[in-house]
Amino acid sequence: MPDLGDYAFEILMSYGISIALLIAIIGVSWVQARRAKAALQEIERDG
Amino acid sequence: MKALLLRDLKLAIRAGGGFGLGLAFFLIVVVLVPFGVGPTTELLSAIAPGILWVAALLAALLSLDRIFALDYEDGALALLATSPLPLEALSLIKAVAHWITTGLPLCLAAPALGFLLQLTPQAYGMLIFSLLIGTPALSMIGTFGAALTVGLRRGGLLLSLLVLPLYVPTLIMGADAVRRAADGQDATTPLMLAGVITLGSLAILPFATAAALRVTLR
Amino acid sequence: MSLWEYANPKKFMEWTGPVLVWVAILAAICTVVGLVWGFFFTPDDFRQGSTVKIIYLHVPSALMAINAWLMMLVASLIWLVRRHHVSALAAKAAAPVGVTMTMIALVTGALWGAPIWGTYWEWDPRLTSFLILFLFYLGYMALWAAIEDPDTAADLTSILCIVGSIFAILSRYAAQFWAQGLHQGASLSLDKEENVADVFWIPLLVAMAGFVLLFLALVLLRTRTEVRLRRMKALQARARRA
Repeated sequence: MPDLGDYAFEILMSYGISIALLIAIIGVSWVQARRAKAALQEIERDG
Repeated sequence: MKALLLRDLKLAIRAGGGFGLGLAFFLIVVVLVPFGVGPTTELLSAIAPGILWVAALLAALLSLDRIFALDYEDGALALLATSPLPLEALSLIKAVAHWITTGLPLCLAAPALGFLLQLTPQAYGMLIFSLLIGTPALSMIGTFGAALTVGLRRGGLLLSLLVLPLYVPTLIMGADAVRRAADGQDATTPLMLAGVITLGSLAILPFATAAALRVTLR
Repeated sequence: MSLWEYANPKKFMEWTGPVLVWVAILAAICTVVGLVWGFFFTPDDFRQGSTVKIIYLHVPSALMAINAWLMMLVASLIWLVRRHHVSALAAKAAAPVGVTMTMIALVTGALWGAPIWGTYWEWDPRLTSFLILFLFYLGYMALWAAIEDPDTAADLTSILCIVGSIFAILSRYAAQFWAQGLHQGASLSLDKEENVADVFWIPLLVAMAGFVLLFLALVLLRTRTEVRLRRMKALQARARRA
């Protein structure tokens, strides 16, 4: 870990929150995609 | 066109709600502020321009969802769409009617409320003037928002979410003009910019409003 | 074959499948490399100290916050003119990604400015403009959610996007005008326009590339989801009618 000095809190919070938000949007999009794909496959099978 | 305008005005006045309600709301918001921030004169005079403008914004917001709702519900809007009067003109007229019943009364009532908020005396003229220039933009932008949400049930809250960010430039300029006047400074720049926003809105938004109405009436 | 053929939903699903995988991989590489490089392997700025490390998040996210809206604007125009459903769905798909980018830009912007301002929020004109953009995104997403008929929703949100774009630009200048009176004087000049030395600039470029690719990957992924959902609704409607 580099010496972040006085600003360690701000820098770590920035990285922490940003990464959390990115994981959130990636995760949500991924889950939504999987669900839609599965649901569509089911309907196409039954139809 | 004139007939339509008069009809809308009569409806607004008869319904009673629009006219007096907006003014009452304006009054209530302004009265609430000293209770919230404390009665210190310096503080109140400093924030008076902003509070008056924000209160005007919110009061204008109140009657927006009614602009097209009644006509849409009873089918009158669909009929008006087939009339020789273009929807763009209809949108403009609706905005004008809203302004006459909501914006204009606000402009006239503002000095009294400015008095309650200890607004610096030399700013009263600018208060009325800036509101006169800015409130037509509020009505036109609001009419656009109303057209977007007319078909929706309980579109009122969504309407506010859509319209309030669009109000920000007018708010910035209008409040700034009054603040400058309160400080004895020249307020031409913000006033002109507010005017430009109003004129631009009146020129462009009727087209966007008509487009939205056409979509909803399909 | 015209470029527009690729906008046909079936064709769209075909070509975006493999493309998405590559874009996602590239996005992951660039983002991770850019951020790791910037965080661990760059020196401190003589003026801003170690807080300069925040630019590797703030600049790319701010860039994408705006570009996402621009993409939505273009997609909206294409929908209104050419009625390609994929275009409308792409605009809808991009909004949540754009709003996330805006949030990252706001948070990192505030945290970056905190040591200089002495407070965690300052009504700096640039940050304020992003706050307004955030509200526009919310309104856009809310309108999509509120309308049942997909084509009506696509039309109305497209109109909102266009009008919103005009007012967003207006608000940017209004916010600059509004913030002139700030007793501190100039706003934070955090932009890429500032002369940034190569040692900062190159990892920044990599991070920016990463965010662009990440945006692309997410929009492709989300648009594919929307296309599938649309097809599902069509099949269900057909089944109900049968």
